[in-house]
Amino acid sequence: MMKEEEVTMGSARKQWYMVSLVGKDQSGIVARVTEVLYQAGGVLGESSMMRLGCNFSIMMMVEIAGGGEQLRQSIAPVTTELGLHLHVDAIEPGLHQHQVPELRVVVHGADRPGIVAQVTGVLAEAGFDIMDLDSQVGGSSLEPIYILLIEGVANSGVETIHQALEPLSASVEFRVEEIDTLIG
Amino acid sequence: MEILTYPNQQLKQNCEPVEQFDESLRQFVSELEAFMRSQPGGIGIAAPQVGQMQRICIVDLTGMTRGKKKKPVPNQGRLILINPEITEWEGFELGREGCMSVPDYTGNVIRATQIAFSATDEWGERHEYESEGFEARAIQHEVDHLEGLLFLDRLVSRRTDLFQRKQR
Repeated sequence: MMKEEEVTMGSARKQWYMVSLVGKDQSGIVARVTEVLYQAGGVLGESSMMRLGCNFSIMMMVEIAGGGEQLRQSIAPVTTELGLHLHVDAIEPGLHQHQVPELRVVVHGADRPGIVAQVTGVLAEAGFDIMDLDSQVGGSSLEPIYILLIEGVANSGVETIHQALEPLSASVEFRVEEIDTLIG
Repeated sequence: MEILTYPNQQLKQNCEPVEQFDESLRQFVSELEAFMRSQPGGIGIAAPQVGQMQRICIVDLTGMTRGKKKKPVPNQGRLILINPEITEWEGFELGREGCMSVPDYTGNVIRATQIAFSATDEWGERHEYESEGFEARAIQHEVDHLEGLLFLDRLVSRRTDLFQRKQR
């Protein structure tokens, strides 16, 4: 959820931001960016980095004083040098409220337009709340395959989700399974 | 009793074998079991989780079900495992674990699908066991505690999907 950015520039009050970076991948990006955030007094929350194709992408929760513009200015020299697009949004942190995923959906098949839209459309209709989605294009450039991994929670069980996906089975293979979490 | 939570360093220490199988041991086991059953989930606990640095753990999947259909989970009931030693491991699968000592975090861990192990009960009698599936996972998780290992020490990437369990 977005929040109005702090207007009290330079104030010591800390605020959480989502820092997003996108660009061509190269080694050392995370180390350089996090070092500059650390030097600027930033505290990292949760983060997720992914290499998509040959592209680097990361989203980082950062808590820092001084406002979003100051945060942007403190990391811009490094991100500019690394050729990264930088985006900063004020956010609510919402930490320590993790949900545990209950179902996993794995889909794969010959790549074609619309797989993600159709699968996630069906899942949304069936009341499946996606918590984690990861897709890759594998295979060869002549015969690409699409692999989609989804985890989330649903009020309905495996069979309901399976039936909801059934109409797509002519063009993709799919598997729905429960995720049993052992709390020891 | 109170659950110790990571990063409490007691959770990272090796536990001592139990040598005296007396009334005070049985009293502790009874209290530990009652405490385990009072916790959400409540299917397993290890003594170091309550600060008792001895090789004692309890697993009981009786009544546990999985999924919306509430399928029963195969198990052999109440297992009081004192000085447990896992002797055989076979197969492996990925599964999601959490821990009372690590609140608000779950992650993927690879465990053996079948194990053979021995343990002494609270009366001092040694038993040989075999276990598989979710119960075997629970036992491996609890025995790890006795060696100062948390599931965090065995985490694999959340994107690891190489070792799915059998499709159901």
